[in-house]
Amino acid sequence: MKSAVVLLPGLNRDRDMIAALTKISGQAPATVWQTDTEIPDVDLIAIPGGFSFGDYLRCGAIAARMPVMRVVAEKAAKGVPVIGVCNGFQILVEAGLLPGALMRNASLKFVCRQVNLEIANANTMFTRHYKPGQIIRSPVAHHDGNYFADAETLARLEGEGQVVFRYADGTNPNGSINDIAGIVNDKGNVLGLMPHPENLIEAAHGGNDGRALFESALGVAA
Amino acid sequence: MKARITVTLKNGVLDPQGKAIEHALSGLGFDGVGQVRQGKVFDIELTGTDKAKVEADLKAMCDKLLANTVIENYAVEIA
Repeated sequence: MKSAVVLLPGLNRDRDMIAALTKISGQAPATVWQTDTEIPDVDLIAIPGGFSFGDYLRCGAIAARMPVMRVVAEKAAKGVPVIGVCNGFQILVEAGLLPGALMRNASLKFVCRQVNLEIANANTMFTRHYKPGQIIRSPVAHHDGNYFADAETLARLEGEGQVVFRYADGTNPNGSINDIAGIVNDKGNVLGLMPHPENLIEAAHGGNDGRALFESALGVAA
Repeated sequence: MKARITVTLKNGVLDPQGKAIEHALSGLGFDGVGQVRQGKVFDIELTGTDKAKVEADLKAMCDKLLANTVIENYAVEIA
């Protein structure tokens, strides 16, 4: 299964994403740069975490306006699966590929810790290898993960099962509304989440709870 | 032409930074400080001379980049 990773100046989790995709899909992902106007035909496009453009203006705001993101939007519209992790999630909301906004953590502190996540919808292309309601562990590391959406958008997300990951067991690290940690778009092929599943895919990481996400998205047998 | 764009959080959007500033002001002994909301100001120099076009451009800049209209409002002033 082929994948591609979007590279932007200031990202710092790109190597982790590339390593995870290589290990799980069996081949190294293609990499595309911010100014690229083409992305090869792949089964998954990933936007990693970090601090693209130094988080200037708003997290992900500048990155979302780079040429490569127009191509990501075109591919997403054609149904290509897209996953954005952490800064990648922020970029997807700034690009308008996902609804809502990610604001400064309610504590105003950068949080770097492990949280528990509930699989709020196991019936998506990104979570089909999990069980409904399953609790998994995942690291988080961010300053702006406080998900916000207006009441109407929130009702739609909840009603349509677009909330995919929820902070569980009182581990919400950022004040995110309804404990939202990750959402999909209305077509279900674009996922954004603040936690870092790519950092929990093998025993050396202390667990592999994040692995099933990539196996689900790539259609790789568990 | 010079313009000033002010971006503010919409009502109902939580502003933890504004809240922290509010507490810090109280801590400095400023009594009577109510709610504080933090925003952003952009001063932009423009070469255009057609005020109506400049104003339309500035609004487009706000919609496309300077403000996130999911959570923010903006105001454009041309000097």
